[in-house]
Amino acid sequence: MSADFLNLIEVILNGLMAGVMYALVALGFVLIFKASGIFNYAQGVMALFAALTLVGLQQGQVPFAHLIKAVTGLDVHHWWSMPTLLALLVTVGVMILFAFLVERLILKHLVNQEPIILFMATIGLAYFMEGFGDLMWGSEIKKLDIGIPSGGSFWLEEATIGWAAEGERYFGMYIDLLDVWATVIAVLLVVSLMLFSQYTKTGRALRAVADDHQAALSVGISLRTIWVIVWSIAGFVALVAGIMWGSKLGVQFSLSLIALKALPVLMLGGFTSIPGAIVGGLIIGVGEKVFEFAIGPMIGGATENWFAYVLALLFLVFRPQGLFGEKIIERV
Amino acid sequence: MRLNTLAAATVAGLLGATPVLADLVFPSLSYRTGPYAAGGIPFADGYADYFTLLNERDGGIGGVAARVLECETAYNTEKGVECYESTKGEGALVYQPLSTGITYQLIPKASADGIPLHTMGYGRTSAANGSVFEWVFNYPANYWNGASHAINHILDENGGDVAGKRVALVYHNSAYGKEPIRTLEELSAANIRFPMENFIGVWWSGSENDVLPAGAGADGYKSLNMHNVGADFPIYDDLKTHVVDKGLAAGAGDQLGTVLYNRGLYAAMLAAEAARTAQGIHGVGEITAAMMRDGMEALEITEARMGELGMPNFGPSFSVSCDNHGGPGLGAVQQWDASAESWSLITDFYASDMEVIQPLITADSEAYAAEAGIEPRGC
Repeated sequence: MSADFLNLIEVILNGLMAGVMYALVALGFVLIFKASGIFNYAQGVMALFAALTLVGLQQGQVPFAHLIKAVTGLDVHHWWSMPTLLALLVTVGVMILFAFLVERLILKHLVNQEPIILFMATIGLAYFMEGFGDLMWGSEIKKLDIGIPSGGSFWLEEATIGWAAEGERYFGMYIDLLDVWATVIAVLLVVSLMLFSQYTKTGRALRAVADDHQAALSVGISLRTIWVIVWSIAGFVALVAGIMWGSKLGVQFSLSLIALKALPVLMLGGFTSIPGAIVGGLIIGVGEKVFEFAIGPMIGGATENWFAYVLALLFLVFRPQGLFGEKIIERV
Repeated sequence: MRLNTLAAATVAGLLGATPVLADLVFPSLSYRTGPYAAGGIPFADGYADYFTLLNERDGGIGGVAARVLECETAYNTEKGVECYESTKGEGALVYQPLSTGITYQLIPKASADGIPLHTMGYGRTSAANGSVFEWVFNYPANYWNGASHAINHILDENGGDVAGKRVALVYHNSAYGKEPIRTLEELSAANIRFPMENFIGVWWSGSENDVLPAGAGADGYKSLNMHNVGADFPIYDDLKTHVVDKGLAAGAGDQLGTVLYNRGLYAAMLAAEAARTAQGIHGVGEITAAMMRDGMEALEITEARMGELGMPNFGPSFSVSCDNHGGPGLGAVQQWDASAESWSLITDFYASDMEVIQPLITADSEAYAAEAGIEPRGC
């Protein structure tokens, strides 16, 4: 095989796995949008906040240490470094508490408001959480390690190094182990979300609310409880995305901006479809990487973000509901 | 204590905000929030602590108290310009915009207002031409010097011959906050088993933030710097006595000795020395921004002076002149030791190829002068 062809395969594989990472973020948006019609602008910041909380607990940071020092003069920065599993559980607890507070303090007061108002509220929430996360855990960049293997797979590199035709410069195929694990985890996550929504009572209630708020209310489903549950699940998905992206890039502010990468994915896949988020993520991931590989060098490179949004724009023109979204028909 | 200060400041503000004229005002356009907060906090702390030290230990500069006016930009260009506009009326002597985006916006404004800018290792490289950019200074080194330092270091390492070797520029295609901090590149380099010592980052990718998250993978990584690293300088004893122990340290007081804290200290030291030079030239304590500019243009930093300041070998010795606002472009290479979690300088401060860089500066600044209708002043 020619080295170029092998490189193309490598690019496609890496694109698929990058797509899974985008899909992880997009999933959180879909869950909340389906159940409440809210486009949750704060999803990215939730991923950052969850990852910050996890690292903070793992490293035994005292939350609000700077604030405590400024107010009381008490200098406490470190207490007990939690084992990873416990830190994970506590973080899940924190995200559930967060969901509860969001419902209590924001959503409850905005029932029956226009979607744009709810959207604005989530923008406000995003800014608040950005500052709150910094205040609680500090703004330095942290290394997140919960034991997921990462780094290049040397096994694959050595196994593939002889594949190229004789005399060609080829160094083997590069795949990051972390991406492989992210794929496995994402598949597990999606399967369990599907099972949950198909086979549990709560799951069915969630779907009922997603289909029709009024009808769900009329059969006695509590909208407020459902919202807390949905935001908790979205918080959990944010935690998973935060862990995967945080292990890759370090836990830092830019995690909150991966949400921007989920937008084109959602436009492609549709805002209401879980499989859509996955397929959309994969298309964007492969598309942008292959485009950058094949066309990028001719036009100066750095086309990845551009490509994702242009593709999304095309979809908006020809198929505004996305690949799997529900077609909106309004009769006048 | 701090709350009391805050309350007092608020009351003072309410009583009528007339600027206190008997101060030397040094605005600090800090970014303690936003995507680059991890780098903005240590710089802002170092900048503030140096002036606090001068006030506490020496009673200010030439007997006049220094006042740091901090304004939060979040590294955002619009907020940076807002900060400039809202603080310039307080008698600001010099601005350090700390972002190339903010610098480009402020060059015409500050030039029109007659307030000097100091952009140390960033901003518009050709501003080194003082005959065009009367109000802008970028000593002791700029990006072009940095590129030359890196190449010279590679030449040194390879016995002066790099024939057959490839030099690659790995760049960070970033808009505001869009990309993660440079860690990414180092992590991927470590992943592909690329030897870290073959990487030479510019000075903005050489702080603890850039290497700590990469763990052991970043061991041996090199970057440029225009000042020294660590806390092993007499000035740190003074900082402890007069600033930290008195509870006056800026921020959380936990950044001392980091690379970017030292950069803040260094920038403040250069500003204070320029103010002192201006006081000497004009024979007054309470200098104006225009006098400050004269001080910056006549600035001379010698090893003897840095020794007196408790900062021996903290930065290169250099002098500024009317036509050369960039100094000689001296820099050094530092290397990261992941097990000790510390940087150390592995070279002296050495020169860049000014015979290559100077024509570039001249050409670019002349193009700017023609475009902006600036008549270069005779130097």
